[in-house]
Amino acid sequence: MARIDSAFADLAALDTLAALDSPVHRLDPRVKVLTALVFVVCVVSFDKYVLAAMAPFALFLSLVMAVAGIPAGYVLRRVALVAPFAMLVGLFNPLLDQQPQFFLGPITVSGGWLSFGSILLRFGLTVAAMLVLVAVTGFHAVCLGLERMGMPRIFAVQLLLLYRYMFVLVEEGQRMHRARSLRSFQGRGLGMRIFGHLIAGLLLRTLDRAQRVHMAMLCRGFDGTIRLRRDMRLTLRDLLLFLLVCLLLLALRRYDCAQLLGRLFMGS
Amino acid sequence: MSHHIVEVLDLIHTYGDGTAAVRGISFRIHHGESVAVVGANGAGKSTLLLHLNGSLTPQGGSVRIGDFPLTRETLPEIRRTVGMIFQDPDDQLFMPTVAEDVAFGPLNLGLPPGEVEQRVTRALDRVGVEHLRDRPPHRLSGGEKRAVSIATVLAMSPDILVLDEPSSNLDPRARRLLIELLAGFQHTKIIATHDLDLVLDLCPRTIVLKEGRIMADGPTGAIFDDDQLLADCHLEQPLRLQACPRCGRKQA
Amino acid sequence: MHMADALLSPAVGGVFWAASAGAIAFCAKRVQRSLDDRKVPLMAVLGAFIFAAQMINFTIPATGSSGHLGGGMILAILLGPSAAFLTIASVLTVQALFFADGGLLALGCNIFNLGVFPCFLAYPLIYRPIAGDGASPLRLGLGATLAAIVGLQLGALGVVFETIASGISELPVNAFVWAMLPIHLAIGLVEGLVTTAVVASVRKARPEILAAAAASRPLGSLSLGRVLAGLGVAALITGGALSWFASASPDGLEWSMARASGKEELAAPEQGLHSWLARLQEKVAILPDYAFRTNSSTPAAGEEATPSWPAVDAGTTASGLVGGGLTMLLAAALGLVFRRRTPLR
Repeated sequence: MARIDSAFADLAALDTLAALDSPVHRLDPRVKVLTALVFVVCVVSFDKYVLAAMAPFALFLSLVMAVAGIPAGYVLRRVALVAPFAMLVGLFNPLLDQQPQFFLGPITVSGGWLSFGSILLRFGLTVAAMLVLVAVTGFHAVCLGLERMGMPRIFAVQLLLLYRYMFVLVEEGQRMHRARSLRSFQGRGLGMRIFGHLIAGLLLRTLDRAQRVHMAMLCRGFDGTIRLRRDMRLTLRDLLLFLLVCLLLLALRRYDCAQLLGRLFMGS
Repeated sequence: MSHHIVEVLDLIHTYGDGTAAVRGISFRIHHGESVAVVGANGAGKSTLLLHLNGSLTPQGGSVRIGDFPLTRETLPEIRRTVGMIFQDPDDQLFMPTVAEDVAFGPLNLGLPPGEVEQRVTRALDRVGVEHLRDRPPHRLSGGEKRAVSIATVLAMSPDILVLDEPSSNLDPRARRLLIELLAGFQHTKIIATHDLDLVLDLCPRTIVLKEGRIMADGPTGAIFDDDQLLADCHLEQPLRLQACPRCGRKQA
Repeated sequence: MHMADALLSPAVGGVFWAASAGAIAFCAKRVQRSLDDRKVPLMAVLGAFIFAAQMINFTIPATGSSGHLGGGMILAILLGPSAAFLTIASVLTVQALFFADGGLLALGCNIFNLGVFPCFLAYPLIYRPIAGDGASPLRLGLGATLAAIVGLQLGALGVVFETIASGISELPVNAFVWAMLPIHLAIGLVEGLVTTAVVASVRKARPEILAAAAASRPLGSLSLGRVLAGLGVAALITGGALSWFASASPDGLEWSMARASGKEELAAPEQGLHSWLARLQEKVAILPDYAFRTNSSTPAAGEEATPSWPAVDAGTTASGLVGGGLTMLLAAALGLVFRRRTPLR
């Protein structure tokens, strides 16, 4: 509960960040969505023991955040906040894979630890990429961009309306939760039966609200199709930038720049 | 000329669970009038209002707006003429930004994009929320939401405005701004409200409902002087008529 | 439970994305054609309801631990399968984008696991036949609980399949499966009971909603027999794939040891199945340039490239390709079965 509370508070922060202005913010949303996708696919396609080669991707991400004005602390906090199923599963790796891979002085590092570290890094990078995408584009623009790229219109409308009413309903849910906890003592009153009643009540009120929203839509001429104003223009500059960035990401994936840098440093 | 006369004849509405909400209501409202509909909770105010643009279908009686009787065929035209503003702004602001909400109606009317843009700007200006154009609705205050919902309806250029409890949940300043805004509209206004002081400010004519029937329909001043009527209908005088404005002593 | 990007390989992720995107497009068309414009605000508001409902926890009797509502079954019962699927997909999308529950690439898997199984399998094939229009509370409870359990079990199997096929995690199949299934059995049971309680309440207060949903035909003009046949094929394929995994990938520790000793290939206990699948791998090359996954040319910085790495790659490549190919066949089979229907009205 607390987790979702703070996550919702952070949502407002995401909205604020999306309203900033920067060269990154001004790019076409389609470009940003596709870049995020390329980024995620590159990161995820690394082999399971790879660690250091992912570092340049972290660098790329922090560069984007810097140009766009997204605070790194916020992103790191959000990444840390999520309780990942992946971490739990990943923890098995050091236990199951004890094959030593290399030696750090006196310490033996097994394959399991490497792949665990890789999982952690993967996780951080992919989650951060998504957050940054929404932070520099805004949920609304992301949906419109996806719709322009072929997502079914009714699904885009669904996402937008869901986003809109999420806040309203979560507030109702919060009030209900608070009311319940004020009247429950020592864990009593929190069982399934009460929950069932509460949820049923919320659901009925929700259905009523759906009816009212529908009526309001009809009053303003709704005929089954929601028309979206999609004023997006893809400039040549946007396209060129996109191609450049893709090439960069693919190059980072193909060539292990971290190792190159290391070699440079060690003079070998 | 019968343009924009709102005529209701013997309206009867019973809900599915048997509640008789409206039991034979008749009245006539002329172009440009500003009429308040008051009554206790459950008297049938909201139900009555919902009939005025066809959101509800009566079991008996008829509604006529201007030249058009309310039927399925005339529904689109009537919905363009009668703009309805509901009690809960969250029910009416469902688009991602204010500008898109205001554009929703004109876009549905099939207007070209340039015209839609114009209407949006004009409606936002009229209501004084141009600066909120790109704001998402969940980040608006109560008063701002109310103002925006009025703008969403204004953008369709209705001739008649129907408002359900417009001043509820507003802080005093927002409420004052709303009253000033509504006072400036030339449209026919039909306002269901508990806020009797607002009625004094805006509506020369008042219809009093009790249990689905009209108990009184006449000049506001006369109705608020009739203590017996008010008591019968579970109402009180407007707050500022209840006590001397200077010494605060209650009038006999 | 949600799949995460960190455990996913591009091949598996891509395949499930294709399946989910296809399902979304299919359902979007269907909802559009259903001519019921009430669905538009209803889907959105119910999706928001799911968010809110998931915020409120309850204690599970006899264990003391707290649980949350999933909501998939409730949505299917109130909206019908296509609209419910779109709603579930939208909720998962927002969760992925804002709460980092699951990832961008894993979204396809999650939509498949948590959307397809409850809406297109559990609801029409278990809930509807048993509970009908929800008139009898006992049959309602039975139908809802069974449907919830089956839906969640299939979803859990989906996660297992995707994780193993991606080859990032070291978890051996057996342990994984035997951990996931019982947990999800319990979760499914609880979900079913809560769903029953909620649906019963709605039925009492607003019976017309359930009546409207019950009047719709979840499978359109399809016959039950054809669907079951398609499912049978799907089950065979899935079962074959899983058993191959279970038998062909031994314990993680043994695997590492086998690699270290320089064995080129994994032990293949079932000669026939393995060779057939190996031939299939050559034919079905989803990503023509698999240089993406081999790393013999780019070892991670600071590590010595062990000589047996190509063997690991061959193993994971094979499992990834085969798993992906089989999934595609499964998705295609489902799509074929559902596509051939005439539009209603």
